[in-house]
Amino acid sequence: MENEAGALSRVAGLFSARGYNIESLTVAPTEDASMSRMTLVTRGSEEIIEQITKQLNKLIDVIKLQDLTEGTHIEREMLLIKVRAMNSGREEVMRLTDIFRGSIIDVTEQSFTIEITGASEKLDAFIEALDKELIIETVRSGVTGIARGEKSLQV
Amino acid sequence: MELTGAEILVRFLKDEGVRHVFGYPGGAVLHIYDALYKQDKVEHILVRHEQGATHAADGYARATGKPGVALVTSGPGATNAVTGIATAYMDSVPMVVITGQVPTNLIGNDAFQEVDSVGITRPCVKHNFLVKRVEDLAITLKRAFYIATTGRPGPVVVDVPKDITAAKTDYVFPRKVEMRSYKPVTKGHIGQIKRAVKLMLSAERPMIYTGGGVVLGGGSQLLTEMTRLLGFPITNTLMGLGAYPGTDKQFLGMLGMHGTYEANMAMHHCDVLIAIGARFDDRVTGNIEKFCSKAKIIHVDIDPSSISKNVRVDIPIVGTVEQVLRDMLRILKEKKGGPDKAAIKAWWKQIEEWRKTDCLKYETSPEVIKPQFVLENLYKVTRGNAYVTSDVGQHQMWAAQFYKFSKPYRWINSGGLGTMGFGLPAAMGVQIAHPRSTVACVTGEGSIQMCIQELATCLQYGLPIKIITLNNRFLGMVRQWQEFFYEGRYAMSYMESLPDFVKLAESYGHVGMRIEDPADVAPALKEAMAMKKRLVFMDFVTDQTENVYPMIPAGAGLNEMILV
Ligand SMILES: Cc1ncc(C[n+]2csc(CCOP(=O)(O)OP(=O)(O)O)c2C)c(N)n1
Repeated sequence: MENEAGALSRVAGLFSARGYNIESLTVAPTEDASMSRMTLVTRGSEEIIEQITKQLNKLIDVIKLQDLTEGTHIEREMLLIKVRAMNSGREEVMRLTDIFRGSIIDVTEQSFTIEITGASEKLDAFIEALDKELIIETVRSGVTGIARGEKSLQV
Repeated sequence: MELTGAEILVRFLKDEGVRHVFGYPGGAVLHIYDALYKQDKVEHILVRHEQGATHAADGYARATGKPGVALVTSGPGATNAVTGIATAYMDSVPMVVITGQVPTNLIGNDAFQEVDSVGITRPCVKHNFLVKRVEDLAITLKRAFYIATTGRPGPVVVDVPKDITAAKTDYVFPRKVEMRSYKPVTKGHIGQIKRAVKLMLSAERPMIYTGGGVVLGGGSQLLTEMTRLLGFPITNTLMGLGAYPGTDKQFLGMLGMHGTYEANMAMHHCDVLIAIGARFDDRVTGNIEKFCSKAKIIHVDIDPSSISKNVRVDIPIVGTVEQVLRDMLRILKEKKGGPDKAAIKAWWKQIEEWRKTDCLKYETSPEVIKPQFVLENLYKVTRGNAYVTSDVGQHQMWAAQFYKFSKPYRWINSGGLGTMGFGLPAAMGVQIAHPRSTVACVTGEGSIQMCIQELATCLQYGLPIKIITLNNRFLGMVRQWQEFFYEGRYAMSYMESLPDFVKLAESYGHVGMRIEDPADVAPALKEAMAMKKRLVFMDFVTDQTENVYPMIPAGAGLNEMILV
């Protein structure tokens, strides 16, 4: 969409005004700074998704819209998680991080901060695998996605 | 040459072909008013409340097909304009509203008369802009007009901070706009149109159902030609009246909640429904589960999001009504063999049976004025040639039922939002656009009081509107619902402490008339219409207990009408 002030609120406003539900939303400028790319995850029957698609296309700031689930595609989300890590517990957290191909990006005597990227389910699984008591804080980026193969979203 | 933002704005309006601006001044727009003062190409009409400015601009647009323009100050000026913006949005009326804003360096500081106009209006505009640099002003205005008038039309707000109107830059009128994110379609898919024609010709019980889109899209003549060629029955929505001659025998009247028995029954029983520029509104469909359950549906609309929103359709066609109808007609004419004559004849026989119920009949009375009687006479006295605006309530429905509109752009009412207070200011816009035509505002004693201050505007600009008040001392439509669905508990629907409308009209410098005897209805209307230069406020004291029939109660199907 156009990288305009207010473009994001038009999308958010549309969803709240029409009672659609936003599961996650990510947005950032593209290589062309006049445009930004938004990935929005929503859920609904075929009719609802059709309406959402049409309504979004109607927004003047939306340049092009693609339903990634219509083809094969890749979804990624990033998780930053801060966990308590002391004494023997440190080993355990490191091992788990390895298994999930995460990396420890900040270390104190008491804690690790870990970064993991992957499909949302993988992030869920990592959080599941950790002892709840150890989790200090989590932050997730929301999903971004791209179509597989040569197909691309071009203006 | 360098011009200030204010000068650019006014020059732009002139170059864009805008002749009239409806507005109200204030701090944030003083530079603009100064620029207006120094020229005479764009005429400014001073309303008495900003709601009046937006409704007047809206009425102007609806009566001409050209965009209406309103100008208001920041803060309360903008918030007062919102009702009119939302009204235009719901009925897809092309309009550009320029709102003043506090200077850019104060935005976000809770400055004096600051509101987030772009934020407040976002859900009720087609698009809006905040101008941040004077260099962007002209092109932004151009985009605003382009967006407002193309595709599915609608209101566009341009918020202009005060410092932008003082800053200077070079001005060149932007002749063209290109927007990568906005490319409205025009021509419908020819394959779909061919399929639609085939389906139409195979119909045994066809029905044409058209809405405001045909009026807005200038498709009236083509629609009439096609309907006559096919010999099919046709109905119009509240917004679509006038797109097809209301006096024609193929016309079944309006459909929907207060539509005719024959129109609603034909909808319910048809096997092919041809919907054009209509949006399957809940006031039209009744219970959606029961709506046209036997029919295959063709839907022509400019807005893809209108298609299959409420009702799943079989053949969607996205395009301008005019282009699609042109293609349809061409294909129809090329085809050998028309519709199935015997089947259509049998269908008409059935429709004529329904027609015999004479669902709009009402009991006349020698003592008390029946509201329907006033409208029948208004129709006769004006020979069906008036521009009629209305407010919202029973009087609106009676106007729609009893004034047989035969031309588009003549019936002007707030269908989507149902805004009381719309009628009088909208009539001002119409009268400004058509100074020599008869403009009647059909209203109730409740609605008229919502924008009554505009009587002063009418005097200032010599607008000889004829106000037809059906004064039943009730918020009639509310009272009707309370009678039907709340066992007659008339909570707050009785209008007490009414003003003496005759004196009120006179104190505003107009002519007032109070009509209480049915025998006086026609003569009084003639007398008023003869006063070509004066606004006449006609206060018809009408039957308090009259209800609008037929009526489809909420949740019922189109075949489940209350007849009397
Ligand atoms: C601004 C606004 N407020 C409230 C309503 C709800 N409403 C719909 S019809 C109606 C009664 C209108 O009364 P009146 O203008 O006297 O017309 P009547 O129905 O008696 O013909 C009301 C209050 C509305 N449509 N608009």
